[in-house]
Amino acid sequence: MKLLTCPVNGTRPLSEFIFGGEYRQAPEQNSCTDAEWAAYVHNRHGAPGDKKEWWYHSPSGTWFIAERNTLTDKVSSTYLLSQKNLNEEKAAQEAGK
Amino acid sequence: MPLRLLKYALKKEHPAPRFFKSLETPKKSYDVVIIGGGGHGLAAAYYLAKDHGITNVAVLEKGYIGGGNTGRNTAIVRSNYLTPEGVNFYDASVKIYEGLSEELDLNLFYSTRGHFTLAHTESAMRTMRWRAEVNKHVGVDSVVVGPDEIAKACPELDMSCSGQAPILGALFHAPGSIARHDGVAWGYARGADRYGAEIFQNTEVLSIDVKNGKVCGVKTNKGYIETKQVLSAVAGFTPRITEMVDLETPIVIHPLQACVTEPMKPWLNNILVSGSLHVYVSQSSRGELVMGSSLDPYEVHQTRSTLDFVEGLTSHMLDMFPFLSNVKIVRQWGGMADMTPDFAPIMGKTPIEGFYLDAGWGTWGFKATPISGKTMAATIANDSAPDLIHSFRLSRFEDYELTGEKGAASVGH
Repeated sequence: MKLLTCPVNGTRPLSEFIFGGEYRQAPEQNSCTDAEWAAYVHNRHGAPGDKKEWWYHSPSGTWFIAERNTLTDKVSSTYLLSQKNLNEEKAAQEAGK
Repeated sequence: MPLRLLKYALKKEHPAPRFFKSLETPKKSYDVVIIGGGGHGLAAAYYLAKDHGITNVAVLEKGYIGGGNTGRNTAIVRSNYLTPEGVNFYDASVKIYEGLSEELDLNLFYSTRGHFTLAHTESAMRTMRWRAEVNKHVGVDSVVVGPDEIAKACPELDMSCSGQAPILGALFHAPGSIARHDGVAWGYARGADRYGAEIFQNTEVLSIDVKNGKVCGVKTNKGYIETKQVLSAVAGFTPRITEMVDLETPIVIHPLQACVTEPMKPWLNNILVSGSLHVYVSQSSRGELVMGSSLDPYEVHQTRSTLDFVEGLTSHMLDMFPFLSNVKIVRQWGGMADMTPDFAPIMGKTPIEGFYLDAGWGTWGFKATPISGKTMAATIANDSAPDLIHSFRLSRFEDYELTGEKGAASVGH
């Protein structure tokens, strides 16, 4: 049986978890173009590689982030998405600009 | 055929006849390069030559032909879809399939069985009525039938499904068939080869050259090939190809698994599908029960098999057919399904000139092999997609004009 580590409840069987798709940033909805918004709604990064994904531990109702390689199916880390993560992400984005 | 067999038997030597030339190195340039030597790519090469006289074509296959999803599906052919666009398209495919053994001069074991999509809930019955009406409107033979007719057609079926999910009715689609899937790839390969197309196995595309928005060549592990037209027909590898040309698509890869039992005497005439129990099953001409289930629940680019799958599937099979409890599973395997959000394919032109997509075939590609080959050949030859595949264009997502076929997927995914 495959296992996944929930950041709150520890290592649990994979059947307790639901895949929530890739973690993505929405474009600024007031300023983006229709084409950008349509691309955000429909398109996905389908190529294999290291990805940041939403996962849900269904018995405890916990949403969290897993970093996983979609080619090897190896999970490198799981953690809760905290305000600290979000702030760091925002800072990194602004630094990038 | 029997005369040919007799002549062969009387010969002193018995070399296996080759279906297509064994070529090692591609030429420097081709009019059209097709990536992917599965049924779809080979059918496109065949119809490019047959319908349009384009024979300077290379088919590049990184493994061996028919070794991808063409040889991994459960070989069901049907056209009982949900949208008129889908029904028309798959119906055209069924019609080609019916005469394909003769056309390709190869026995594809095409066997029309009748296809029941079982409904265990009122809401499933509603979808069956909807599908039946759309099918009839387009001229496809589908009717809603009650439990008595199902029990008569398949007396082995436990109509209560072990008391878990009593069968209320079904959508019956008389033209539903099965075929020898690898035969389809081999038949199209031989046909394309006879017209002059060249097939290269063990030939992997490493990158695609695009200049000023136009395709100008592909780099392979066997050298560079100049070409102005490239067709990607690679199913589960589509995101890797579209990444080479910086094209975004909605495609996400999920594994889809299947398995077969040991061979038995023929007892199951029909193809049976249960959306609620996540099962589709038919009996092959060899006597094996060929069974599939729903997609694996998360994205993985692998063709591994899991015990979870086979346990879940067989437990539901026993709900339907308790007498199979001592029958053994002899093989299981997986394929990579290129899923789209609306469960319809992505076919036709792309924003890159000369780059054509035949993708998004998810769990429904085998049945469309002949018609997708034919329509993609027409798209490449005329640089314009035929009306039949207009609803499957890549730009439908940008236009918010999706072609919702989820209700016609064999099982709830």
